[in-house]
Amino acid sequence: MTDAFIYDAVRTPRGKGKTDGSLHEITPVSLATQVLEAVRDRNDIDTADIDDVAFGCVSPVGEQGAVITRTAIMNAGFDETVSGIHVNRFCASGLESINIAAAKVKADEADLTIGGGVESMSRVPMGSDGGAWPTDPTTAFKSYFVPQGISADLIATKYGFSRDDVDAYAVESQKRAAKSWEEKRFEKSIVPVKDVMGEPVLSHDETVRANTDMQSLGALNPSFAALGEFPGFDYVALQKYAEYEKINHVHHAGNSSGIVDGAAAVLIGNEEAGKKIGVKPRARIRAMASIGSEPTIMLTGPEFAAAKVLKRAGMDKKDIDLWELNEAFASVVLRFMQALDIDHNDINVNGGAIAMGHPLGATGAMIFGTVIDELERSGKETALVTLCIGGGMGTATIVERVN
Amino acid sequence: MTYETLSVDIDSDGIALVTIDLPGQSMNVWNEALMADFEKFVDDFVSNDDIKGAVITSGKQSGFLAGADLNMLGSSTASSKKEAFENGFKLNATLRKLETGGHSAKDLSKGAATAKPVAAAVNGLALGGGLELVLACHHRVVADNPKIQLGVPEVQVGLLPGAGGTQRLPRLAGLQNAAMLATQGRPIDPQTAKVQGIIQDVVAADEVVAKAKEWVKSNPKVTQPWDKKGFKFPGGGGAMDPRSVQFFIGANAMGQKETSHNYPAVRSILSCLYEGSIVPFDTAIRIESKYFTNLVSSPQARNMIRTLFINKQAAEKGAARPEGVPKSEINTVGVLGAGLMGAGITHVTVKGGMNVVVLDRDQEAAENAVAYSKKILDKRVSRGKLTQEAADEFLSKIKPTADYNDLKDVDLIIEAVFEDPDVKADVIKKTEAVIGDDVIFASNTSTLPITGLAKHSKRPDQFIGMHFFSPVEKMPLLEIIPGAESGDKALAVALDYNKRIRKTPIVVKDVRGFYTNRVVPPYINEAMLMVKEGVKPALIENAAKSLGMPLGPLALTDETSLSLGLMLSRSTKKELGDDYKPTGTEDLLEKMVEGLGRQGRKSGGGFYEYPEGGKKHLWPGLAEHFPIADDQPSLEEAKDRLLYAQLVPAALCFAEGVVDDPQSADLGAIFGWGFAPWTGGPMSHIDTIGAEEFVRKAESLAQKYGERFNPPGLFREKAEAGEALYKAA
Repeated sequence: MTDAFIYDAVRTPRGKGKTDGSLHEITPVSLATQVLEAVRDRNDIDTADIDDVAFGCVSPVGEQGAVITRTAIMNAGFDETVSGIHVNRFCASGLESINIAAAKVKADEADLTIGGGVESMSRVPMGSDGGAWPTDPTTAFKSYFVPQGISADLIATKYGFSRDDVDAYAVESQKRAAKSWEEKRFEKSIVPVKDVMGEPVLSHDETVRANTDMQSLGALNPSFAALGEFPGFDYVALQKYAEYEKINHVHHAGNSSGIVDGAAAVLIGNEEAGKKIGVKPRARIRAMASIGSEPTIMLTGPEFAAAKVLKRAGMDKKDIDLWELNEAFASVVLRFMQALDIDHNDINVNGGAIAMGHPLGATGAMIFGTVIDELERSGKETALVTLCIGGGMGTATIVERVN
Repeated sequence: MTYETLSVDIDSDGIALVTIDLPGQSMNVWNEALMADFEKFVDDFVSNDDIKGAVITSGKQSGFLAGADLNMLGSSTASSKKEAFENGFKLNATLRKLETGGHSAKDLSKGAATAKPVAAAVNGLALGGGLELVLACHHRVVADNPKIQLGVPEVQVGLLPGAGGTQRLPRLAGLQNAAMLATQGRPIDPQTAKVQGIIQDVVAADEVVAKAKEWVKSNPKVTQPWDKKGFKFPGGGGAMDPRSVQFFIGANAMGQKETSHNYPAVRSILSCLYEGSIVPFDTAIRIESKYFTNLVSSPQARNMIRTLFINKQAAEKGAARPEGVPKSEINTVGVLGAGLMGAGITHVTVKGGMNVVVLDRDQEAAENAVAYSKKILDKRVSRGKLTQEAADEFLSKIKPTADYNDLKDVDLIIEAVFEDPDVKADVIKKTEAVIGDDVIFASNTSTLPITGLAKHSKRPDQFIGMHFFSPVEKMPLLEIIPGAESGDKALAVALDYNKRIRKTPIVVKDVRGFYTNRVVPPYINEAMLMVKEGVKPALIENAAKSLGMPLGPLALTDETSLSLGLMLSRSTKKELGDDYKPTGTEDLLEKMVEGLGRQGRKSGGGFYEYPEGGKKHLWPGLAEHFPIADDQPSLEEAKDRLLYAQLVPAALCFAEGVVDDPQSADLGAIFGWGFAPWTGGPMSHIDTIGAEEFVRKAESLAQKYGERFNPPGLFREKAEAGEALYKAA
């Protein structure tokens, strides 16, 4: 099968996803446009050479609706021949977009593609698109729907992570993110966001708190205890996880992913396409996989996605030098490390969404780019990128450095 | 036009007064006859130009209309789902025709047509289909009486309001009010209904018809709000309104929390509200009727209607009462013993409208019964539910005494002294010396055989057993136990008395433990055996709750106390000697009570800890003394074990004739120990899964866990023959 190579990866810095966030004045289409422009301009591409663009976006309504990918393509002034598709695999949308873009290359449907994602959570709040799953009584009852925070706390309960465990993880994430910024580890991919006048408004991730410590996190109240009691999501979860008397609520704003705005794009193509545009490949997609898992605990999918993608690649977990799992909640990463016996030194080495935020549709593409940069910086060979996903799913990609 | 169940009087203004009055019935209900008449009336109403409008009222003092005839619902004869739907949709269609005047929704919405005005004049309770008729009227006037109940209680028998109730309620009162009314089934009073927008006017009882007519006269052309262009749900509706999205996410969680997935009616009601709020009214009522059809054709609705309504009412009316015994006059009851049981019996007896002479060994002890009632009444007074005068009058009906001579004029004796044959023998002798020759003597006992106690009586034919449950004022069941020599009159009087105190009675054979105490101990023992085996206690408790038990078996054991369990197992062993069959829980009880001092809730904790001001939680020390096993059963396996630990002993009681009929076995289980009401009771449940499946599962459990799970022979025979316990209706 044709190889899919990574030629470039860019992302915006992440702005606090509230009305006082630096990116709140920037439309989501503009965020998507700016990363597309960066891919074009950094590599000096004739956009007529690009076949297709896949962008993830989790709340595709309002100004994020109507296939925001095609809207951004037009806005970026790409050649009209470039098609765009909107992808929604909840939190893994960004990575799934890369997988789709890569699959098109592998299947010889396309020569040069872009995968990526965008989410302005400050402008189109999470959940704006409603949906049958939690709302329609038929599906809510059948799936024992609970919000993700309850699922994350259920993971902590089932797999024995204390409040101290999850807080300690969060403190380390902040430390790593701050250090990475200090050492300019993200410099290669960061595209500062510009406003309508063309002036830069944000050049760094806005939510990193280097001085976070156990004491400051300890002062925060658990976020999901009240919802567990009323309307009673704990009881719903315990009807399935009947071996527990109660759910240990350990997650709060400080050890869960932050709500932020941002976009990212990754340039993917076959060998000839790289030669044609005159850009050297940086990495190669080795394997891709998605899975479904138990939907009430919901966020344990990465373990199974990783197993599946390793199997498809004919690899063993020992063959992976670098692991990247989206920090949706601290317990998600702790459980993944526990299940696969991964050393904390080998995973999320530059921090993650707990420190820098999780712009839902874009995150998968952001952490994918971070991993490419880190492989090059550290000289490591292979990385596995994965995310937990709403509804009980997991998506994973194995990537290897080629120069 | 002539009708059998209603009358139509057209006045000079052309307004038809429709008075629903079912002949020969104390209460109006939707039965075949009324449905046919009403459909005929609506056809005439929309086509007859002489009729300008209508007022609908009831000819019964008892109320407006109490809903559907449950006997009719419980015996659907439809041969296919489609036919059942067509039957179920009939009333929906008739009511829709009434409110649209037979016009299309399109014409109404454009203003090209309007309906003739219809007002409801509600003089008394309107429940279920009764309220749904009211809702289909354009204007609703209700008599000003806070005791009038307006509601849709169908959920209590596993059904949903299937005549537009799930559609008109949310369009009038919003999704949240509609969901509360329909999923909980609790009625509201007229003022509350008015505030919610369900009705428009609350007027003096003798003005309801006049006010309704007045409205009809001054509103000759009407359209329901939901048939007007631009209609919006109060408080938001539809799949895209963020308010309704939030509402449904919460309601779905609450629905699961409350029902443990055992009551499809609750989910179906929410589905009707959700799906119905997205589509136009005519589509919405078809969806409602489809969900209704699913429920009404399910065994669950049949079981719940049969046990919780038809059989419960029959038992309470005295179905077991021997024929030919004249109705007894009970004005004063003598209660012997003013302990917990005696005081409780005193309380319910006075509440039932009788006087009580309560006797104990001295005056001070007897006064305990007064104090017991006073405590309950004080609470009601402080909450404004009872006046002080009424409370005082209540207490004045209790006469505490230590003098047997005060019993000489009582009409019935209920003895509730200490559970000791010698003590009981003594009070029987002393009491019979003073009471009238024809007075029935009832003994409240949970452990002592009645025939044995009756030996101490001079007139064993007038001696009978009554097993009350504690706390008496809360527990709904009464086991009535005729001894070997008890006569018809004793049973008749016991049932007459029961009717006054409004318990659900079952008549039970005089065997050790009677019925409920034959079944509950094996169930609780099973839970304790599971603890011993290292099954996670939380799994045991959650499995029981998942079955629909109100309380986990370990929590229940804490309530009744482990020390009582230990005492009973020791006394039984002593009494039976070599015949005693160990339950396997003796050592656990001994260790918990004597080794670890974990006696139960009232003595500092048992299986649970009871932190002051906090929520109870399982005692962490339990795992230390009964280590958690590596292999845990699945939830389904744990549920089966706890379910069959009740089904098999209940089946055994039925097979041995401890209870005469499946009705009593079902009523006793649900109202005695809270057996999962959604099943309609253990016998209904066995019928639903089939005797064959019951036997198969019981045998496989017996193989795995022990012969206590072996199904009785009678049930093997039923399985072979493919027979049900209940005869087809």
